Amino acid sequence: MQRRDFLSMMTATLAAAGLNGCSETLPEKIVPYVRPPEEVVPGKPLYFATAMPMAGYAMPLIAESNMGRPTKVDGNPEHPASLGAASAIAQASVWSLYDPDRSQTVTNDGRISTWESFVSALASPLAERSAAQGDGLSLLTGAITSPTLAWQLEMLLQKFPRAKWHAYEPVGCDNARAGSRLAFGNYVDSQYRFDRADAILSLDRDFLSHGPACLRHAKDFAARRRPGQPPNRLYVVESTPSITGAKADHRFPLRARDITTLAYLLGERLGVRAVSSPQEITPPTAVPWLDVLIRDLQEHKGTSLVLAGDEQPPAVHALVHAINAALGNIDNTVFYSEPVEARPVEHVESLKELVSDIAQGRVAILAIAGGNPAFTAPVDFQFSKLLESVPFRIRLGIYEDETSALCHWHIPEAHYLESWGDARAFDGTATILQPLINPLYRGKNASEFLSALIDQSPQTGYDIVRTFWKGRMGTDFETAWRRALHDGVVSGTTAQTRTVSLVPNFAVPAPLPGQGDVEVLFRPDPSIFDGSMANNPWLQELPKPITKLTWDNAALISPTTAERLELTNGDVVELRDGSYTLQAPVWISPGHANDSLTLHFGYGRTRAGQIGTGRGFNAYAIRTSGAPTIAHSSIRKTGARVPLASTQSHHAMEGRDPVRTIVAGSAVEHEGLSDASLYPPRPAADYAWGMSIDLSACIGCNACVVACQAENNIPYVGKSEVANGREMHWIRIDTYFDGGNENPDFLFQPVPCMHCENAPCELVCPVGATTHSVEGLNEQTYNRCVGTRYCSNNCPYKVRRFNFLQYADYETPTFKLLNNPDVTVRSRGVMEKCTYCVQRINHARITAEKEGRRIRDGEIVTACQATCPADAIVFGDISDPQSRVARLKAEPRDYRLLGELNTRPRTTYLSRLVNPHPDAPKENRRG
Amino acid sequence: MADDQSIITPGYTYGSVTQKISSIVLARRTPWGWMVGFGISFLLLTLLMVAVTYLLVIGVGIWGINVPVGWGFAIINFVWWVGIGHAGTLISAILLLLRQRWRTSINRFAEAMTLFAVACAGMFPLLHLGRPKFFYWLIPYPNTMHLWPQFRSPLVWDVFAVGTYMTVSFLFWYVGLIPDLGTLRDRSKSRAAQIVYGIFAMGWRGSAKHWHHHEVAYLLLAGLATALVVSVHTVVSFDFAVGIIPGWHSTIFPPYFVAGAIYSGFAMVMTLAIPMRAAYGLQDFITMKHLTNMAKVMLATGMIVAYGYMTEIFMAWYSGSRFEQDMVVNRMTGPYASLYWGLILTNILLPQALWFRRVRSSVLLLFIVAMSVNIGMWLERFVIVVTSLHRDFLPSAWGMYYPTMWDWATFIGSIGLFLTLLFLFIRFLPVISIFEMRQILPEPQRKESA
Amino acid sequence: MRPSRRLYGLMAEFERPDDLRKAVRAVREQGYRRLDAYTPLPIDGLAEEMGMHFSWLPLIVLTAGILGAIGGFLMQYYASVISYPLDIGGRPLDSWPAFIPVTFELTILCASLSAVFGMLALCGLPRPHHPLFNEPRFVLASQNRLFLCIESRDRRFDREETRKLLESCGPSGVYDIEDK
Repeated sequence: MQRRDFLSMMTATLAAAGLNGCSETLPEKIVPYVRPPEEVVPGKPLYFATAMPMAGYAMPLIAESNMGRPTKVDGNPEHPASLGAASAIAQASVWSLYDPDRSQTVTNDGRISTWESFVSALASPLAERSAAQGDGLSLLTGAITSPTLAWQLEMLLQKFPRAKWHAYEPVGCDNARAGSRLAFGNYVDSQYRFDRADAILSLDRDFLSHGPACLRHAKDFAARRRPGQPPNRLYVVESTPSITGAKADHRFPLRARDITTLAYLLGERLGVRAVSSPQEITPPTAVPWLDVLIRDLQEHKGTSLVLAGDEQPPAVHALVHAINAALGNIDNTVFYSEPVEARPVEHVESLKELVSDIAQGRVAILAIAGGNPAFTAPVDFQFSKLLESVPFRIRLGIYEDETSALCHWHIPEAHYLESWGDARAFDGTATILQPLINPLYRGKNASEFLSALIDQSPQTGYDIVRTFWKGRMGTDFETAWRRALHDGVVSGTTAQTRTVSLVPNFAVPAPLPGQGDVEVLFRPDPSIFDGSMANNPWLQELPKPITKLTWDNAALISPTTAERLELTNGDVVELRDGSYTLQAPVWISPGHANDSLTLHFGYGRTRAGQIGTGRGFNAYAIRTSGAPTIAHSSIRKTGARVPLASTQSHHAMEGRDPVRTIVAGSAVEHEGLSDASLYPPRPAADYAWGMSIDLSACIGCNACVVACQAENNIPYVGKSEVANGREMHWIRIDTYFDGGNENPDFLFQPVPCMHCENAPCELVCPVGATTHSVEGLNEQTYNRCVGTRYCSNNCPYKVRRFNFLQYADYETPTFKLLNNPDVTVRSRGVMEKCTYCVQRINHARITAEKEGRRIRDGEIVTACQATCPADAIVFGDISDPQSRVARLKAEPRDYRLLGELNTRPRTTYLSRLVNPHPDAPKENRRG
Repeated sequence: MADDQSIITPGYTYGSVTQKISSIVLARRTPWGWMVGFGISFLLLTLLMVAVTYLLVIGVGIWGINVPVGWGFAIINFVWWVGIGHAGTLISAILLLLRQRWRTSINRFAEAMTLFAVACAGMFPLLHLGRPKFFYWLIPYPNTMHLWPQFRSPLVWDVFAVGTYMTVSFLFWYVGLIPDLGTLRDRSKSRAAQIVYGIFAMGWRGSAKHWHHHEVAYLLLAGLATALVVSVHTVVSFDFAVGIIPGWHSTIFPPYFVAGAIYSGFAMVMTLAIPMRAAYGLQDFITMKHLTNMAKVMLATGMIVAYGYMTEIFMAWYSGSRFEQDMVVNRMTGPYASLYWGLILTNILLPQALWFRRVRSSVLLLFIVAMSVNIGMWLERFVIVVTSLHRDFLPSAWGMYYPTMWDWATFIGSIGLFLTLLFLFIRFLPVISIFEMRQILPEPQRKESA
Repeated sequence: MRPSRRLYGLMAEFERPDDLRKAVRAVREQGYRRLDAYTPLPIDGLAEEMGMHFSWLPLIVLTAGILGAIGGFLMQYYASVISYPLDIGGRPLDSWPAFIPVTFELTILCASLSAVFGMLALCGLPRPHHPLFNEPRFVLASQNRLFLCIESRDRRFDREETRKLLESCGPSGVYDIEDK
């Protein structure tokens, strides 16, 4: 069977699902990851390598396709930026593909139109522009790493020499970029090698969950916390509690402003004579372990690593470069490469140019590809207002959002799973984006959009990508192309490392003191990022790390400051920065720096869709171009209150130690609970499934939660239901605060079903709907469940989830395509819970039986395990002493949660390992 | 008004007793008081209908339940109603075996109360199911899938216990009614009434043979019911005691649940008897003697319940289990502390007034105490169900439970159902066992006339 | 007197249990056996007077109870061990202590049902119609009068003799009961 036939068959499936308008088949050839489509068998998924562009950078993925329906993505093990891991946002991106709120047609002044009429409407204005050498033609995109797009941009600027291109990402790395120029005279990207770093200092840098390299960072970092590895040591000074801070061996909360001064102080202490105006620099709060830190760094010259957060000003980044140089870390733990981004710019500056052009009426045609500047632009630009003064405005966007509303033409953008393209990851390695499905709504991608500006007759994305790569993939193009598609990696595209040297008489300006009662920090939302994912309910309902908030953002504030301002969770405050004001509910966040407020982007959308519109507050509303990351404002309690929905109301461990901590180097013995029992032993089965979760590896990034949701067709329930304690996640990440409010220890604990051998839930079910399999799974028979909820009451881990109402969406046609065909969609009144991905176990069993062998260790990978960037979760057969999980359970750190209840959970934990400096003052040690 | 030692005012004869009691039923015109009472009850019943309809359409999500608190008002009300039922069986069965002749004038409507309370109780376990239409899966019946209930689950035990209890209570009540139905058949003037009562009397003729077998059967039933009544609330307590949740997993539960049941039952009998005897002028039959005796039973069972509470606290401390100890502390000081102390006040402290003869002999005070116990026993079930669940083993899973308007509607509605049934009973059946009243009369001497 | 109708028996009406007892004793001394007394309340010892010393009921109930117990346990055993054995929380299939409550309840249930239906059967109920109901005075049997009826089937029954005998017991009236 040819691929085209396969795709037409697939299209039939879509038509059957009530989706008209996507009846053409893909004429091009794409190559499946595992086996060619000729082998398509109903019920057997195919896997294709592709990548999700996020803020321009590639997140390398393997996408699962069931009969032509992409249903699940996972990381691409062959790509250095993923090594198999995928983030929560990538996991959730599948939902967005089927989002019924996506824009479904070309519109012209709000009236339905067509791509063809758009192209013809474009002709004459473009002709005028080309007459004027392209003067007055402006293009606004996000960050571009795609080689193809960069190449098209070249062509555009050749055709229209005086046209202007601008790039804007609300969450960019402007400071790092400016910092690198300050230090080295030109832009470079920093590449960190956490696997080589023994002593790490992060100055407000959330490297585990923030930025295009975070997955790789997590992998390398966690690898150094495994049994048998020499553990690294992490020092974190941060303003907002982050998952990086949570993993620190020494953490200290400081206002971002004070972290800046601390950076200068460190520079002084580490012999970086850098401050231009030599003034006395004293951080307002003394970091208790500063001396220990400095000694540690100096003892680890070449194997230490210092990082600065993107929120920190350029000077701090420059200082950190100098410090790393002074510590001899360059080319050991930190490398420099030429920027991965094509035509790197400082985004706020770039947008500023555009804005001034518009203000001076120098823009005749404005083409906006992607992004959502009307929502995300710094408030002082008044972008929305100016935009309307542009005579001809076109917009390519996945949603008809705030920006589209202000444009003459809106072109529906194709989802990355629908379109051809390419993108580079943080290290430059390029991936070809393969479509797994025809555009559901005839969307176009950026290449096709640009092509409409460049070429007389727009080309297809496929042709464009191939034309670009032809001749860039060596002599035998077709083989190389196949290989690239197959692997999801274009070989030889990794960014060249550069040897850099500090500019002579390196100096950075002294920090400017901030004014205003509180410091205001702007950060991307951990779930919905800059707001582009705002209409994704899986992300909206995803409990944000540490705060466990869902469906809302809140102004995070320290307990002390809250007390001073007499604020409690949900109290609305008014922030005023100059002429800009914002009303936001506060959320008390232990471990937050005092007199500092964290605002997350992405909420307060006005045109996001049914899910995202009108939730939370818009942090962009007081974000100015002058202070895009750290601002200062006055604060006033308004007296109003906003109800906020959190999934965890109690963060103290109450002395029950669900999470156990062990200090590196201390002697540990396996708790070795007795398995004596009055009951007869079970007959041994072929396999005994079990799971081990390493708490020192887990970084609490939530990827597993969404992966599980996507794999197991778990419904979302909405804010009010979450507030009522009815969230449905099969795996949750418990977060405990240990040791005071000022600077507590943050403990993460992923909790799926424990699959107890003596399961309390099974005993009390009156209809035998939950029973035990011979292989030790605690199984739930949905069809038999009558919904007494007794099992949930009797579950000491409270991992069972109940469909109190009809949560699963049976109506919306597109969601029929989204569901995993191997997993039942549960109806109202039924109990459900983690199954250890039994469908995957059975897939492996069938394969193994056909091949007449046992299931191999590691052959079954649960959804949560597959996506985990830290490899914290290991699943397997515990009856085989050689299996990875069995060996982990034999580790002395292994323990049972609530083992004293003798439920004999099959899921056990490895105690959290911390590695504080022995000389550090006791009270500042973790654990 | 009788002195509080006699169980019936002297001077009554077979005829006058018969006449007085049966006239309540056979009176042509319905008293307006009944009309009003029935009207109100029926309104509440309608509320129940609405609540249940909405529940079946939307799902149990309309209630406040969640994870961790998977059981809320439904189970609280279930246990409360079942408990109330127990007094009826106790009075009619156990006191019969103990030859307590004072039971005679109250057993009939106590049994009716049992029946109606159990009816209300039985409703909740069905409604609280996620998929009520499949309630019958808890009952063993041959089916093509060879599927059976899971007989290790206390909920299955419940089905059998409550089912049996319902059946036996009904039989017991009906067997006692047969001779009186005969009386009504023979006394009623209207043909319709004669036919209806006639059918239910099944041709009772009061022959020596009938009485002979009737007495034997009645005694046997009493014996069986006695064993049953003890088992029922024991099984109900298993719903909790078998669970592993701190605050549930306790061996004291069966005895103190049974005591609690009888306690609440007598409170309810008192609550109903006092207004009824006033409304229908039955002070001669339900005398102060009855009320004081019931007060004494309440005092005794109340003390057992208090002992149960103390044992829970002691065991929590003695067990050395941090979970148990935190549970007790949480009950006393946690978010639901006010309900816990309310329970102690209404269920333990206030009833201590019954030590005083002056209280025991004051109808009003007795009524107040009975009311307080009704509330207290409901609070007890709330404390057991909710405060145990809302904070169990893992602090991360702790939560709160707030009833919704639908929780309240169903609860109040069930009271409506109970009262409606009760009013119908008062109107159409003899509230006092006539033939047993005849037995406590002195045998008639000469110049006796009917 | 309508000779066309078959005579069911003769019935005497009394006001006081004592009179009834005397009458019964007297009549039985005369050798009458097919007789029965109808009273609004159970009269102590009356049944014995009439020779009903023994009742099968307790035996019936006992048997039913035992059957209920055995049946109840076997049902659970069959369901959990033979018909559809399931691993429930690692408990043994035949976890008999868990089967006790249901066994007990079924014992009570069967026993109680047998008690009631046994009683009805032994009393020959339900029987909506009976010749006695033809006698208007008989309605008082369920209120405040006591009756003694000698059936015509009795060997010793003789319309005149028997009537004399009954009248000699001092009733407030003696009536012919006809079987319509």
